[in-house]
Amino acid sequence: MLLASCKPEGILDPKGPIAEAERLILVNATAIMLVVVVPVILATLAFAWWYRSSNPRAGRSPELGYEGRIEFVIWSIPTLIVILLGGVIWIGSHQLDPRAPIPASADPLRVEVVALDWKWLFIYPDQGIAAVNQLTIPTGTQVEFRLTSATVMNSFFVPQIGSQIYTMGGMTTHLNLLANEPGEYPGFSANFSGDGFSEMRFIVKAVPAGDFKAWVAQVRGSGSALDNVSYAELAKPSKAVPAMTYRSVVPKLFERIVDQTVSCPAKATAGATRCPPVQETGG
Amino acid sequence: MLGKLSWEAIPFNEPLPLISMGVVVVVILVVLAIVTVKGGWPYVWREWLTSVDHKRIGVMYMFLGFIMLLRGFSDAIMMRTQQALAVGNAQGYLPPEHYDQIFSAHGTIMIFFVAMPLVIGLMNFAVPLQLGVRDVAFPVLNSISFWLTAAGAFLINVSLVVGNFARTGWMGYPPLSELPFSPDVGVDYYLWSLQISGIGTLLTGVNFVTTILKLRAPGMTYFRMPVFCWTALAANLLIVAAFPILTATFVMLLLDRYLDMHFFTNNAGGNQMMYVNLFWAWGHPEVYILILPAFGVFSEVVATFSGKGLFSYRSMVLATLGICVLSFMVWLHHFFTMGAGADVNAFFGVMSAIIAVPTGVKVFNWLFTMFRGRIVFSTPMLFAIGFIVTFVIGGLTGVLLAVPPVDFVLHNSVFLVAHFHNVIIGGVVFGALAGYNYWFPKAFGFTLDERLGKASFWCWLVGFYLAFMPLYLLGMMGMTRRLQHIADPGWQPLLLVAEFGAIVIFCGILCQIAQLYVSIRTRERRRDLTGDPWNGRTLEWSTPSPPPAYNFAVLPRVETIDAFWEMKRTEASPVEATGESIEMPRNSPTGFITAFFAVITGFALIWHIWWMAILGFLAAAVTILVFGWSDDRQREISGSEIAQAERAQSRLGRPAWRQQ
Repeated sequence: MLLASCKPEGILDPKGPIAEAERLILVNATAIMLVVVVPVILATLAFAWWYRSSNPRAGRSPELGYEGRIEFVIWSIPTLIVILLGGVIWIGSHQLDPRAPIPASADPLRVEVVALDWKWLFIYPDQGIAAVNQLTIPTGTQVEFRLTSATVMNSFFVPQIGSQIYTMGGMTTHLNLLANEPGEYPGFSANFSGDGFSEMRFIVKAVPAGDFKAWVAQVRGSGSALDNVSYAELAKPSKAVPAMTYRSVVPKLFERIVDQTVSCPAKATAGATRCPPVQETGG
Repeated sequence: MLGKLSWEAIPFNEPLPLISMGVVVVVILVVLAIVTVKGGWPYVWREWLTSVDHKRIGVMYMFLGFIMLLRGFSDAIMMRTQQALAVGNAQGYLPPEHYDQIFSAHGTIMIFFVAMPLVIGLMNFAVPLQLGVRDVAFPVLNSISFWLTAAGAFLINVSLVVGNFARTGWMGYPPLSELPFSPDVGVDYYLWSLQISGIGTLLTGVNFVTTILKLRAPGMTYFRMPVFCWTALAANLLIVAAFPILTATFVMLLLDRYLDMHFFTNNAGGNQMMYVNLFWAWGHPEVYILILPAFGVFSEVVATFSGKGLFSYRSMVLATLGICVLSFMVWLHHFFTMGAGADVNAFFGVMSAIIAVPTGVKVFNWLFTMFRGRIVFSTPMLFAIGFIVTFVIGGLTGVLLAVPPVDFVLHNSVFLVAHFHNVIIGGVVFGALAGYNYWFPKAFGFTLDERLGKASFWCWLVGFYLAFMPLYLLGMMGMTRRLQHIADPGWQPLLLVAEFGAIVIFCGILCQIAQLYVSIRTRERRRDLTGDPWNGRTLEWSTPSPPPAYNFAVLPRVETIDAFWEMKRTEASPVEATGESIEMPRNSPTGFITAFFAVITGFALIWHIWWMAILGFLAAAVTILVFGWSDDRQREISGSEIAQAERAQSRLGRPAWRQQ
């Protein structure tokens, strides 16, 4: 049973360039540190065993309290490792900045993400459609996410495609991701948000570009429209919501959710007497 | 009249908390009845409840920490069981509204009412003895600190039966912790318990910084202080600097909840990111408040049981102070995923990695202290070796999480959960247990049973690896934290292993209880008549076990580091009692009474019973003022009484080091 669970999964089984780069850094940083950590563990066990009080062959120097050369070495080793890791951190942070563009031949797809109690709303502003708990994206295409929350803080995360980012009420965060292999990848909220949190999951369906166009056409031709009324209904707290789509979306819905000028369930806006200024964060 | 409080606050329809609390109440009543029947109240009142002796207060802190460990651990085993059961179609036995309270209570209790009391308890007991002084700078304040901490712990347990606890996680992030999303009293229990105990902790910080800076034995310069005192100084400086941030942050959240303000709300200009920043500006130093004293304990233990002075004392001190300063410059690594720019993330990532340098130096120093030493595998030393091996793994995963791109995929996963349990169990808990086994004979005059102590060590060590190594794997497989239900059935085998690990840790806790019981039963055989059972190096071992209330009849003169070792080596003749009398602080019920009214006030504020809150607060304030105006705070121990006690000690064979 344990062996079965050892096949690559999650962040160890990346399906896009961001997730791949992140796994590479994870592996490299681990390797760099293991160079010191393994010898330290072995030395600890070896010293403890060899210098046990009952070992007559062990040499003793009870007065050894300071030795300049050892001192130099023990400050140097972690310093060198950290200099190396510092380089990895600096370069990695810039290359994998959530809002850095990803080189790809196709035009980017824009998706607006709204965290609700307790489901995910995905709006495709250029296609004029929306989906709940199901994110269909074309492979090989950079997806530009703008994210917010109509409720408490959540974190948008698809482990196999890469970086997560917080979604926060009244604010927009930005994230670019790309899937380069067709498939279905689990996504979820990675920041606790209340009673329905465990079931706040969605499926990412990465499909070839042609299939994506077909999917958009199919969505446009079926289902209901996401207008102010149906949004207010959707925004009410609900758990384990099945995936569904909307054939059209009322314009500027995402912006109005960020501005909090869209009608929401009473509790999300309790005490709101005026519109807060829009806050932009980086990322 | 009673605010929001009504019979509905008591969860009659939920048998689990009521039964468990009922059992606890029965146990407490039985204990109280026994004390009453045996006429023990005057003793308990005089020697413990009103005691301002730092050693007694230290013991009470440890007692509180271990009792709350049982509470926090029962939460842990309930969570592990739920996650092991609620996989796929199964929903387990805990609905979300229960499960969410349990993980919130687990985190809050383990950090504030287990780890903190254990660490502060060890500092209380050992620091004044190691400094060669008779008490802390402000003994009554010390008692107030303890009782306020106990008041917070009490209040958090009341939430089990009256009302409920927070369902927000132990960090209480808004807007989830704001009124629209958490309208019940849970978050108020969380906030007021921590506000009350937080005042106690801040006062402890003030007290110990003053003690270490201003009260030291003659000749004990800074660079002759034992390393544990250095780490205590660093930890208490961090308390003084960091805890006010937490208090202020909670005040803002309380204003949001009680007076409809908008510091952290979603709307009206509130900014939740400010809470997250402020919380971790306290939260990261807090990690070092816990681990630095544990490093100090290991420094003492490794040196003592290797029969060698600590390798490179000065670089150990430098590393401690380096960590102390750096710990304030890394808080953003708790939320790389909040959308900061690459430069900000990279800066905090690099700063976090830099902390690994002084920490790494410490590990090497312990390693070279063992090198060419004469190592005795006593229980504290086993914990120290287990710590080094375990902690470097936790350090590795910690630095991994400090790499922003890695954090982007591991943030909030159970990998993170495994990491901080790795450093808190492998570091703080092992440190507290090492210190407990190490200083117990000093506190009570008899040693703890080694066989059961070692059994508890092995259970803790093996249990830790079984419980948390699977979580590292699950985190990389994409399992996030705080899940009440797990969708992927493929994760169940690893979750079952983790559950088994928690049970093994439970065996470790049982071994500790058995160890204490057996040791008390056989205490006559295990009396420590020398005062120096481990061939120690620092001044606490130069006193009898247990030390007299005044610690030292004559304050020792310190010429070197490891002062007591030097005295033994040079066979210095101990200073004879001079026959002068000693002034010691009188017992005071101030702390106990203040804490009593603090509980009343906190409870009243939680339930919006305003008249009771005002009365409780006034009563607490008056208690402190009454103490402030009293003149009769000192009692004198006459010279002849001291001389008699000293003679009695030397008849018992003390001091052994004189005979070496």
